Amino acid sequence: MIRDITIGQYYPADSVIHRLDPRVKLTATLVYIISLFTFKSMTGYLIAGLFLFTVIKVSKVPFSYIVKGLKAIVILMLITVVFNLFLTPGEPLVTFWIFSISMEGIRTAVFLAIRLIFLIIGASLMTFTTTPNHLTDGLERIMNPLKKIHFPVHEIAMMMSIALRFIPILLEETDKIMKAQMARGADFENGGLIKKAKNLIPLLVPLFISAFRRANDLAMAMEARCYRGGEGRTKMKPLSYKKRDWIGFGTMVVYLAILFVVTRYLPF
Amino acid sequence: MGIILDNVNYVYSVGTAYEKQALKNINIKIEDGEFIGLIGHTGSGKSTLIQHLNGLIKATSGTIYYNGNDIYEKDFDMKAHRSKVGLVFQYPEHQLFETTVIKDVKFGPTNQGLPTLEIDLRSFEALKQVGIDDEILDASPFELSGGQKRRVAIAGVLAMQPEVLILDEPTAGLDPKGRDEILDLLAKLHKERNITIILVSHSMEDVAKYVDRLVVMNHGEILLDDQPKKVFAYYKELEQIGLAAPQVTYVLNALKERGCDVNTEATTVKEAADEIMRYAKLKWI
Amino acid sequence: MEIEYGFAVLGGNFLERRNDMSIIKAKELAFEYIRRDEQGNVESINRAIDGVDISVEPGDFVAILGHNGSGKSTLAKHMNAILMPTEGTVWVDGMDIKEEKNLWDIRQTSGMVFQNPDNQIIGNIVEEDVGFGPENLGIPTDEIWERVEESLKAVGMYEYREHSPNKLSGGQKQRVAIAGIMAMKPKCIVLDEPTAMLDPNGRKEVIKTVRKLNEKENITVLLITHYMEEVIHADKVIVMDKGKIVMQGTPKQIFSQVETLKKYRLDVPQVTLLAYELRKQGLAISEGILTIDELVNDLMSLKR
Repeated sequence: MIRDITIGQYYPADSVIHRLDPRVKLTATLVYIISLFTFKSMTGYLIAGLFLFTVIKVSKVPFSYIVKGLKAIVILMLITVVFNLFLTPGEPLVTFWIFSISMEGIRTAVFLAIRLIFLIIGASLMTFTTTPNHLTDGLERIMNPLKKIHFPVHEIAMMMSIALRFIPILLEETDKIMKAQMARGADFENGGLIKKAKNLIPLLVPLFISAFRRANDLAMAMEARCYRGGEGRTKMKPLSYKKRDWIGFGTMVVYLAILFVVTRYLPF
Repeated sequence: MGIILDNVNYVYSVGTAYEKQALKNINIKIEDGEFIGLIGHTGSGKSTLIQHLNGLIKATSGTIYYNGNDIYEKDFDMKAHRSKVGLVFQYPEHQLFETTVIKDVKFGPTNQGLPTLEIDLRSFEALKQVGIDDEILDASPFELSGGQKRRVAIAGVLAMQPEVLILDEPTAGLDPKGRDEILDLLAKLHKERNITIILVSHSMEDVAKYVDRLVVMNHGEILLDDQPKKVFAYYKELEQIGLAAPQVTYVLNALKERGCDVNTEATTVKEAADEIMRYAKLKWI
Repeated sequence: MEIEYGFAVLGGNFLERRNDMSIIKAKELAFEYIRRDEQGNVESINRAIDGVDISVEPGDFVAILGHNGSGKSTLAKHMNAILMPTEGTVWVDGMDIKEEKNLWDIRQTSGMVFQNPDNQIIGNIVEEDVGFGPENLGIPTDEIWERVEESLKAVGMYEYREHSPNKLSGGQKQRVAIAGIMAMKPKCIVLDEPTAMLDPNGRKEVIKTVRKLNEKENITVLLITHYMEEVIHADKVIVMDKGKIVMQGTPKQIFSQVETLKKYRLDVPQVTLLAYELRKQGLAISEGILTIDELVNDLMSLKR
């Protein structure tokens, strides 16, 4: 039941996208998302779509896997699309009661839907092709300049990585405690809101106690292995740009250039 | 009447890459008042099996009857059933949550919807049965020692007065004395209240002394189901699936292999000592 | 005068060297857990360790036995300077744990493996977890990879290097934890009930690994446990009760005292108990039988 929730759905495959430096992927994702909001023409979407399609092909992540990820946001997308469809002012094409749909409305709604889909696919493609560890490492390095203003960059990255490690353990534990209390007649499903909240106490108290115990044990184990913060640490897997990473950056520049030229001279 | 499992199968995470058949065609009948040891290594399906008995996991196919009633029937009262088939999970002290020992034990009976007086009576009785002193009834369960916590947790299930008591590795992590105390306690409960007990364990040596029947599981199937001494006769097969018979079984079998005509059926140190002495008086002394 | 002076220096040096021979040495060690109420007044004092003297020589396999609450885990936590003594002190490879400057050297010299396999693995991938210690020590990247490979091979987990720890069995997780310590190149490993949460197979795996490290890599091992079967191969067994050392000797010496062990809430392997029973009933069997073979051989020699 509760274990069916999947977090950090990394899709293991052997592709050049998987092997890219996480910093390249983080930057590229950001650039791509920004690029989606800089134009408003069909040709622009065509370029953005083609680019995304190529990257997906190269990444070897199956299309069906990506579509599955989209299902979660279908409702959100429908709401946005419907709002834009009806609320965009312009020459009405169809009118019924107080609602009217205009050509502009259809255009905005369609564009918005495409934009949203591209955005979600683009962002999730990064998580599909990057292990949580790599992602954390990449973030740590990108945020590195913030250390100058005493921002705890290393600590935050370490926390993220430990959280990722303990999420499955705590989910399993929740499942176990829930069952144990159900065996003592606890009911987690029925009753009103207040009763439901009250019924959670037999689950939450043991869960918190266990989490604290784990945190305590882990702190001790980390100290026993000479952990003393980010100072003076070396890296087993240091991030360093390879040729493919520069190609990655180059590809983004080329993409932006094409996008700029095409949307400028073929603005349909 | 007991419990009957009729061709029970259970498959995990159907339709995903992690799909795994945890139980395969389980057929077993558990009579009232039996004391059963359920043995198997980690992943053999024994924990999955016991969670079927009180309906926490629903079989993918097959039927389970409790006292003649199909527990998957639509109008079957599962909540009432769970109080009849008490399940003590591994490390049960991790479920304690109340501010005092007595409050925690009352959680089960309260959920059963019993009158206050009955709840009190049952809770006090259960705590007495597991040997918890009156002085610590109002202490926080988190201040107790490991062994005491475990007993309080077991009392929490006992207070529901189950007809069948299932315990998943109740001695895990306890020291030898603590282990013997818990096992003796179960033997006493079985004798005095005549409840059915199913004891899940990794260790043959621990359960051999107590149970009348051993069920050995491997890869989701029941491999052996007999009296302990009959099961231990298959000590070589047990070893192949990562289990071991008690050391005394090995001693007696080694003696037999080397030409001594001893009976190899002993399951406890006392029985083995008696058998070797019988033989020694006959042949050696 | 000059000669005498020189002699004294030599003698002093000599004594100090002898001290340093022990990889772990505790002298009059005591530790108190102090409980305070909400106002900060002392509510109770629990003397968890009470005047313990220990000396462990390099290459030894020492087992510390004791029931839950006997103080054995508290003792273990001193060997890694996780706890600081209330009285007395501990030297790890000649370094006083009370001196703060020694802290990281001590933790690197005597690595520690804990009871719960889940709560001591930090990395999301096996090899990254093993690399965690060397990273903290500031070892260069290339050498980290060498050490990780070496340690994972030593515990037999190399083929799992790219797995997630969550998918491993308890015994495998503990072996990864041991590899994580080995990668720090310690002289001594302290294992605090490493098998308490494992099934029999996992227990065997871990003990086999530890014995191999002790024999092949000559790592000093301090194993804390309450499973008697795990200590029959130890060089020395120490039994603790109420924070004190109550028995000390070879496994044979310790296990021949069945009644005394029972007094300390411990027991002996079933075969030892059987031998003891038979001896009590008059059969001429040697004391402190530890294995099935020993007992069977003794019994067969009774043959007229």
